[in-house]
Amino acid sequence: MKQKDIFVAFFRSSILGYGGGPSTIPLIYKEVVETFKWMKDEEFSDVLAIGNMLPGPINTKLAGYIGYRIGGMIGMINAVLATILPTIILMILLLTTLTSFKDIKWVNGMKESIVPVVGVMLGVLTWQFYKSSKSGLKTPTIMIHLIVGLILIQFLHIHPGIIIACLLLFAVFQPVKTTSSNSKTDKGEAT
Amino acid sequence: MIIYWKLFLSFLITNLLGYGGGPATIPLIKNDVVNRHHWLTSLDFQEAFAMGNSLPGPIATKMAGYIGYKVGGLIGSFVAVFATVIPSLFLMILMMSILYRNRHSIRVKRMTSYVKPIIVVLLGLLTYESFSESILSIGILQVIFIALCTFLLMEKLKIHPAIIVFVALAYGAINL
Repeated sequence: MKQKDIFVAFFRSSILGYGGGPSTIPLIYKEVVETFKWMKDEEFSDVLAIGNMLPGPINTKLAGYIGYRIGGMIGMINAVLATILPTIILMILLLTTLTSFKDIKWVNGMKESIVPVVGVMLGVLTWQFYKSSKSGLKTPTIMIHLIVGLILIQFLHIHPGIIIACLLLFAVFQPVKTTSSNSKTDKGEAT
Repeated sequence: MIIYWKLFLSFLITNLLGYGGGPATIPLIKNDVVNRHHWLTSLDFQEAFAMGNSLPGPIATKMAGYIGYKVGGLIGSFVAVFATVIPSLFLMILMMSILYRNRHSIRVKRMTSYVKPIIVVLLGLLTYESFSESILSIGILQVIFIALCTFLLMEKLKIHPAIIVFVALAYGAINL
């Protein structure tokens, strides 16, 4: 039963995900967090962060890990196959039979009409993650993170994986006791 | 036998070097497959890429599956896809299980909250790219129309995204 759900979740999100890896993220989120409730927001965000940090295609990393976490080794194989197999078969069949598929007008229309839909889904997901990031950090801190992150990624073209890796290292090596509330009381005592 | 080994190495290396997911690895794969190994001509590659782009699902595995098939039949296809998927997935499971095992430690909890704003930035940028790319290809009016419909159906009427995607595909096939 669980394996069937895993297959359905990843088959659906992959076959509906036009436009490669990133466009399937909101669909996978929908299945994993909302439909089947296998994970909480926090965990999904961690999976996304680690997935972004490591090389290789994001879809199969997400599918494989989530499948593994929910259904063990078989779950992993199941999720990866559900993600990649249907489209690989289509690809081989179509490319070995017809050659001018890409010029068919309605196929292009389909591709183009899906992009704004994905945009809205990504926008909604962005908003959800923004709201849930408030549980761990204070709003001004989040704002600084957002602005610095945006500048580093979009304008200085630093790979997000590197930024994530730095933040993770910082989280590990920063001394545990100096949280913001503690440092405030320390200052208060000093004065 | 040697061809499978070459396929394996080729897709292993390009995917491990290709930071930034599937689309980022395409130029690397092209360089390796077309310029170094001459498995496909540049034109063949372009055609496969165009086809891959008009089908759903991840692009890196579609390319690996097809090129592997061209070069070494079904086994070739399997080898190329395996090299694309498994090494990075293995790393992923390894890292996540370390985190999961220590999920109650303060440091790991802190990781989660530190990384979240970056995920917000990344998703925000993807959102921005989707819209700007789409405005260029189908015009701002179509984009506003489709986006508004999607938002209403998804957020107000709580319709499953699968259905919305189908409706949008049908609309695109007929109208664009």
